[in-house]
Amino acid sequence: MTSIDAPLPPLLTARGLRFSRDGESIFGPLDLEVASGAALVVEGGNGAGKTTLLRVLAGLLDASDGEIAWQGAVLDGGRRVAGSIALLGHQLGLKGDLTPRENLRFRLALGGLRTGITADAALRSVGLEGYEDAPVRTLSAGQRKRSALAALLLSPAALWLLDEPYANLDRGGQQVVDRMLETHCLRGGSVVFTSHGLFTPGLSRMATLDLGGRA
Amino acid sequence: MRPGTPSTAALALLRRDLLLLWRQRADALNPLLFALMVATLFPLALGPEAGMLSRVAGGIVWVTVVLANLLSLDALFRGDAEDGSLDQLAVSGQPLALLAGARILAHWLGTGLPLTLVAPLLAYMLGLERAALPVLVAALALGTPLLSLVGACCAALTVAMRRSGILLALLVLPLTVPVLIFGAGAVEAAATGGDPSAALLFLAAGLALALPLAPLGCAAAIRIGTA
Repeated sequence: MTSIDAPLPPLLTARGLRFSRDGESIFGPLDLEVASGAALVVEGGNGAGKTTLLRVLAGLLDASDGEIAWQGAVLDGGRRVAGSIALLGHQLGLKGDLTPRENLRFRLALGGLRTGITADAALRSVGLEGYEDAPVRTLSAGQRKRSALAALLLSPAALWLLDEPYANLDRGGQQVVDRMLETHCLRGGSVVFTSHGLFTPGLSRMATLDLGGRA
Repeated sequence: MRPGTPSTAALALLRRDLLLLWRQRADALNPLLFALMVATLFPLALGPEAGMLSRVAGGIVWVTVVLANLLSLDALFRGDAEDGSLDQLAVSGQPLALLAGARILAHWLGTGLPLTLVAPLLAYMLGLERAALPVLVAALALGTPLLSLVGACCAALTVAMRRSGILLALLVLPLTVPVLIFGAGAVEAAATGGDPSAALLFLAAGLALALPLAPLGCAAAIRIGTA
């Protein structure tokens, strides 16, 4: 038996992370650490750099300073371990002319498939039954968000980077996100997500990083 | 095939793009219709004198193909950039050059290949020497993939700009000049009884060079574009 208190290795660590664009500092320098099974909420007002921080962590932007390490190994620039990160951005990465099912089929071929789940099961659990074969452009903003959440469910990635996961969702959708975050953390996965501070899921291991910037 | 491997990902991207091409087939026809319209304008402007038209027919077909191809380039990565698909490709950790290659192949299948197939019809309409038709098709079969490969690098570079319009044309056209010269040169040589093989070999060499290099350049440009 391993002790429950045994420290799990931090999945993602960042030291002295700073990002500036055209000489203007967007965020940092900041340190952060996300352990397996833990969540990190990035809070801050509009323009505080929440999205930028997420994009730096995802490797889409190069940090101006500092280093990011994955399971202790320092990462080189934008290079990330294949299948290690799943990203849910403001742009959901769905094709409007394809159906949710077709979008998911592409995404799982691209990012891999977690064992024990199928595209249809994922669509059912985000409440998109009956919409599997409707083109995504005919769906509402909330339903599109749910489709993107389904893509997240399929991903085998250990680290989820979610930009405003609660935006556009109704009460039921917000509960879906809460449930997804809980299950993912219980499974040993980690989450970094941004929020205006309006929603907080009931997660046992959750830390907050405040970027400030609120009026 | 196992999901999440590079080959599965590239095949899935190709499949997705071809499916999108089919769903948006009215838009996909635009370059073809454009080429047809431009080629139709020449006889109206130059007069119906057959000798004159047939002398320039090869050049006209090549210019229409280059312009029609240019027309389709801006959309190559723009849609993916705007809806976040490009971010998903970059975050997946799959070799971006391979994915870019799949994207370029889909572009060629949707633009270059149909143009190559329609070109003999345009050339016939303009009165090109019968003997030069096979050479025209061969030159286009070598040249249109080259146009897609070179164009894709430029399109990836300009994708971060909201409206790239004329800038994309300024980037692409100088790079396509050699393709145009050798392509039209091959047809010209064949129509006047010369040997087109030198020009065709230059096109083939260009294609052999661009096939491995352009996807790499494209991947680097996409990384710059998402930043």
